[in-house]
Amino acid sequence: MAEHYSSFTRGGTGWLLQRITAAFLIVVLAFHFFQLHFVNHAADVTFAGTQARMENVGYFVTMVLFLIAGTFHGVNGVYNALVNQGLEGTQKKVVLAVLSLAGIALIAQGIWVAVAMAGWT
Amino acid sequence: MSQSYNRGLIEDFGRWKEFSAGMWAWIFHKFTGWMLIGYLFTHIAVLSTAIGAAAGDPAAIQQETDVYTTTIQGLESLFIIRVLEVGLLAVAVFHILNGLRLLMVDLGVGLSAQDKSFYASLVLTGIITIASVPTFMDGVAI
Repeated sequence: MAEHYSSFTRGGTGWLLQRITAAFLIVVLAFHFFQLHFVNHAADVTFAGTQARMENVGYFVTMVLFLIAGTFHGVNGVYNALVNQGLEGTQKKVVLAVLSLAGIALIAQGIWVAVAMAGWT
Repeated sequence: MSQSYNRGLIEDFGRWKEFSAGMWAWIFHKFTGWMLIGYLFTHIAVLSTAIGAAAGDPAAIQQETDVYTTTIQGLESLFIIRVLEVGLLAVAVFHILNGLRLLMVDLGVGLSAQDKSFYASLVLTGIITIASVPTFMDGVAI
């Protein structure tokens, strides 16, 4: 290829993790949509039903990994898109710090929610 | 010896009429990506009502009157939420299918057909979205 259009520098750790999380998310996101729109209708979701699913350790671990992979993939994607738009210097560092904190906060909140759903609080 | 040069911003949207299929795929992938990460933050915010439900009266959970159940069922009773969910599905399906296409491009598989696989992603997204409308709109009226 004469050129490649990508927001990522090839060969870096971020590039590799973006692809590994992508492969995982393709499978789990499809499962999540099927589970909560076709197997169980979203309009019929109740706390008791959610708890019955979430107290299964395998489901709980899958959902927490889904959260971590989704957050990393999304936040890393946004960061690289902004860098690709020409973000540099102090601005780049501030954006990285803000996005990292937002990502960590989202994962922490999500895990707290998952633990509450499982009834382990 | 390798040479580097500044080719400027790739995303010069003023030149959109000159964009190729691969360029459109890249722009759509970014746009859907922004939508999905925005949704993830909203999703966790709504699901956080589970914390209140778990700490509340267990009888409310039995009667399905806890804050988590009433919030989700209340949102699902709104027509606009169902329409937005169909939109979310379309965005997610396109991102997944084009993501598969990107993984193949990265592996060097089928590079000569990368434009055709973009069109295939669009068509498949349309078919899956339309086929899902009856399930997503079940039991709700305007």
